[in-house]
Amino acid sequence: MARTLLDKVWDAHTVRTLPSGQTQLLIGLHLIHEVTTPQAFQMLRDSKLKVRMPERTFGTLDHIIPTTDQARPYADPLAEEMAVHMIRNMKDFSLPLFDMATGKQGIVHVIGPELGLSQPGMTIACGDSHTSTHGAVGAIAFGIGTTQVRDVLATQCLAMARPKLRQVRVDGALARGVYAKDVILAIINQLGVKGGVGYAYEYAGPVIDRMTMEERLTVCNMSIEGGARFGYVNPDTTTIDYLRGRQYAPAGAAFDKAAAWWKSIATESGASFDDVARLDGAAIEPMVTWGINPGMSVGVSQQIPAPESAPEADRSTFREALAHMSFQAGQPIKGAKIDVAFVGSCTNGRLSDLRVAAEVAKKGKVAKGVRALIVPGSQQVAKAAEAEGLPEIFQAAGFEWRKAGCSMCLGMNPDQLVGREMSASSSNRNFIGRQGSPTGRTLLMSPAMVAAAAITGAVADVREILK
Amino acid sequence: MSATTDYKRRQISGRGIPLPGNDIDTDRIIPARFLKEVTFETMGEHAFEDAKKQNPEHPFNSPAYRGASVLVVGQNFGCGSSREHAPQALMRWGIAAIVGGSFGEIFFGNCVMLGIPCLRASQEDLEWLQREISRSPQSPVAVDVEKQEVRFGNRTIKATIPDGPRNQLVGGMWDSTAVLLEAGVAIETTAKKLPYIAGF
Repeated sequence: MARTLLDKVWDAHTVRTLPSGQTQLLIGLHLIHEVTTPQAFQMLRDSKLKVRMPERTFGTLDHIIPTTDQARPYADPLAEEMAVHMIRNMKDFSLPLFDMATGKQGIVHVIGPELGLSQPGMTIACGDSHTSTHGAVGAIAFGIGTTQVRDVLATQCLAMARPKLRQVRVDGALARGVYAKDVILAIINQLGVKGGVGYAYEYAGPVIDRMTMEERLTVCNMSIEGGARFGYVNPDTTTIDYLRGRQYAPAGAAFDKAAAWWKSIATESGASFDDVARLDGAAIEPMVTWGINPGMSVGVSQQIPAPESAPEADRSTFREALAHMSFQAGQPIKGAKIDVAFVGSCTNGRLSDLRVAAEVAKKGKVAKGVRALIVPGSQQVAKAAEAEGLPEIFQAAGFEWRKAGCSMCLGMNPDQLVGREMSASSSNRNFIGRQGSPTGRTLLMSPAMVAAAAITGAVADVREILK
Repeated sequence: MSATTDYKRRQISGRGIPLPGNDIDTDRIIPARFLKEVTFETMGEHAFEDAKKQNPEHPFNSPAYRGASVLVVGQNFGCGSSREHAPQALMRWGIAAIVGGSFGEIFFGNCVMLGIPCLRASQEDLEWLQREISRSPQSPVAVDVEKQEVRFGNRTIKATIPDGPRNQLVGGMWDSTAVLLEAGVAIETTAKKLPYIAGF
């Protein structure tokens, strides 16, 4: 019988079936950061346990990192304490840490693929829900909690149940001005924020096939926003070309052997899925969220829907969203005024994202009263962007060029919304309070659309600017 | 925990607290600015902190529900961020079991790791249970993990939990490190068969 990538990777990593009926799953790569791990290391110390396979865990600092002055100690004593603990834990347990001095620090989901740590056929876990990002290289990659981080450290394993598998096919071709971010927002809009609960997503079809690795990373990143704990793209020549020459990827003759194995773990033709969903790529517009979860989105030419258009059970959330955002049903999303523009995050903080934002930034100047931040996803992304002269383009247009980190995606560092500010953001969550202000408001969109909003001072259609 | 702690989560009984609404994410349960802590000790103080400030009617503000241990929610509760700080905050506030329509999967898994059962019930039954609890907040809600049912007053509703987590909770095997370590060298044997570990 034809097998899927999920079947093959799951089976290869199965240590045994547990008494509970779950799978004891071996974790091939464990990535960690400063926010969700200090308690896990303390649990290890309390139980006098060691790290089982220290060569399979890598760490970085991303969530609490200031993007302006990075001199230690950090101005925020709580952030400083978290950094101190992370550095000490990595040293005490002899684990590698990509800190500032390495030149390889960055958002954990940016540096994993960038360093070639994340490879096809792996199981990858990290105490962060956007670990689904790494599925883009053809891995089974998912977020875990802190007690599970302890389990991976102590046993290199997790107790897991195999999810069902839904293939999400995107047919046709994307129009100019429509990006990977628009594709995943359209998928979540169609399937719902809880549509993926109990499922993993296999992204496929001509639109996905033609995507670059960075675009696939954007799509897989937001699998969790659709309720799917992980999503993946089958490894192909794009994957192999992306990994060749990266620091932790196999080199020389080993690379060719690896590439052959990577191809062999792809889903076979004729394999069956628990469900198949289809989207027409040509029908996707630049998308903008108007509400308080990533499924509440419309095309930029459309109007904010009325609660009555939603299923009965979701109408109260719709009304809550309209009240929080101060939007009226029937109002066009285009023209909604913004106060802040943020390009960055594990969703859209890679070089290609910055390039497209810069292309739009060349067309104007940041509108009066708008605060616009460009935050590269890693030190290596920043370096590459600097080599291309992107910071100068952004600064000339009135954008601030910052240092690498998670930044305003979740506002754990000083980059936060203030009061009821409205943010055009290339990040992944528009939850109430997400960007650091309990009453702040977030409109999710592609980096190109964020740049367009920044120079317009309101939600704009990037297709008109790029004409 | 004392040596006599019973890890088996067969039944949990306590007063209820209803929290209507769908898609309540973990940022809402505990905003990110409270995660800048190296322990979980203070998390209980911040459960729903912003939501409570913005809405005086929020159930977590109500004296009637103080001391409640069974939380009754809507669909997709705990979606979003993987932060274990969310179930830690609920647990430290006093929640010992959750009944809802569906749960964010990482949140659900984190709850299992803390010995908090999350059971799924129908929309109709949830609405009934939330209404009844708000009418008599002093009455106990009995969550029977083993039998997969919830009892309130003289009515029993069906409430399901998948076999794996149910076996873990009922059998007292949810503190998983010891169980995983029992596999012994099979862990290394599995690892050595993987080409990316053994070497291509």
